[in-house]
Amino acid sequence: MSALLRIPTVLRPAMDGQSTIDVEGSTIGAVLAQLTERYPAVRGQLLNDDGTLHRFLNVYVNDDDVRYLGGVDAPVADRDEITLLPAVAGGAW
Amino acid sequence: MARYSSVLELIGSTPVVDVSALSPNPRVSILAKLEGRNPAGSVKDRVALSLVDAAEADGRLVPGRAGQTLIEPSSGNTGIALAMVCRLRGYHLKVVLPTNVSPERRQLLLAWGAEIIDSPGSEGSNGAVRLARRLAEENPDWVFLYQYANPNNPLAHYRSTGPEILSDVPEITHFVAGLGTSGTLMGVGRYLKEHKPGTQVWAIEPPSGEMVDGLRSLDDGYIPPIFTDNNGAELLDRKVVVRPKESIEWTRRMTEVGLFVGISSGAIMAGAVKCAALIPEGETATIVTIACDDGWKYLSTGAWSDDVDEVVERAKKIIYF
Repeated sequence: MSALLRIPTVLRPAMDGQSTIDVEGSTIGAVLAQLTERYPAVRGQLLNDDGTLHRFLNVYVNDDDVRYLGGVDAPVADRDEITLLPAVAGGAW
Repeated sequence: MARYSSVLELIGSTPVVDVSALSPNPRVSILAKLEGRNPAGSVKDRVALSLVDAAEADGRLVPGRAGQTLIEPSSGNTGIALAMVCRLRGYHLKVVLPTNVSPERRQLLLAWGAEIIDSPGSEGSNGAVRLARRLAEENPDWVFLYQYANPNNPLAHYRSTGPEILSDVPEITHFVAGLGTSGTLMGVGRYLKEHKPGTQVWAIEPPSGEMVDGLRSLDDGYIPPIFTDNNGAELLDRKVVVRPKESIEWTRRMTEVGLFVGISSGAIMAGAVKCAALIPEGETATIVTIACDDGWKYLSTGAWSDDVDEVVERAKKIIYF
């Protein structure tokens, strides 16, 4: 079982320049733990010291923000797409 | 009533139209509130008037005094709405505008007499906010209303948009709107939660396109102070991101129900359709969405006429939210 993780430009230098990678894990927390084990330099960009999501990081499972689906406990299923996106001003429309 | 003493009286009281013909779920109605009917053409008219009225009430702006200047970061609609209000009230407006907005937005700002200060397109709206804050600090005599942090932004929606929606659609179960400054979501969301508890509030995150590529680190990120001040993470029930292609496709599909709306309205409709599809079997729901503006300002993108993939590539480079 694996999910596809999309990496934003800003995080690629710390993750061997890749734009997507396959990840394992049944929750967002498990996926991020696996990532930070593989790429220790990225930990401070993804998580706070207490294990919660970095304030300026938005994590989506199939385009749904995990903050409203249980945060790091949000479930991940086989073949889900996980997207990491920096929080920016959406614009003044 | 059809006779008014000022254009400013035309702001608000916008119509809501049933667009359920586009709903993927026959038990879910979708209604769109047409904010393009505001006189300067967008939902931001409500915000601009609220910000200026509050600044006049607290003395930061004095009607009739010569030489008063305002500065504001905007990717378009707030700037355009403020330009119209400032023109009527006699203030000079400087708008910090990313270089990569549609040319129509630039033209409209100039039409109402605003001065444009360019900010780098690669930095998106974040860059405009940063530059405006710096210029406001360097020029303390300029009035900086700062829509991203000003409580009168969500208050405009708490006082007008929210009550209008509940009055016209008392059976509302879901409110779906886009996340820019978060003013609409915080103001309408709080009103609905207080006056019709149980109403779900969903945020649609704009497609970020290439805007986020200019970031050097995640710490360059930005969350509008309005969102934090209103406990946005508590107020919202769900947040979904919409892709550029879906935004264009749904902008086009809105013409099937006779609506020629801007691209952000298409993006929000795409989000409303996702919401409708998720309503469990056997349940009914009524979703209200916001159509923020009309399509006129986006004709140069070819959004309705050109090959959809070409439009998507172009749209990634311009700010339309």
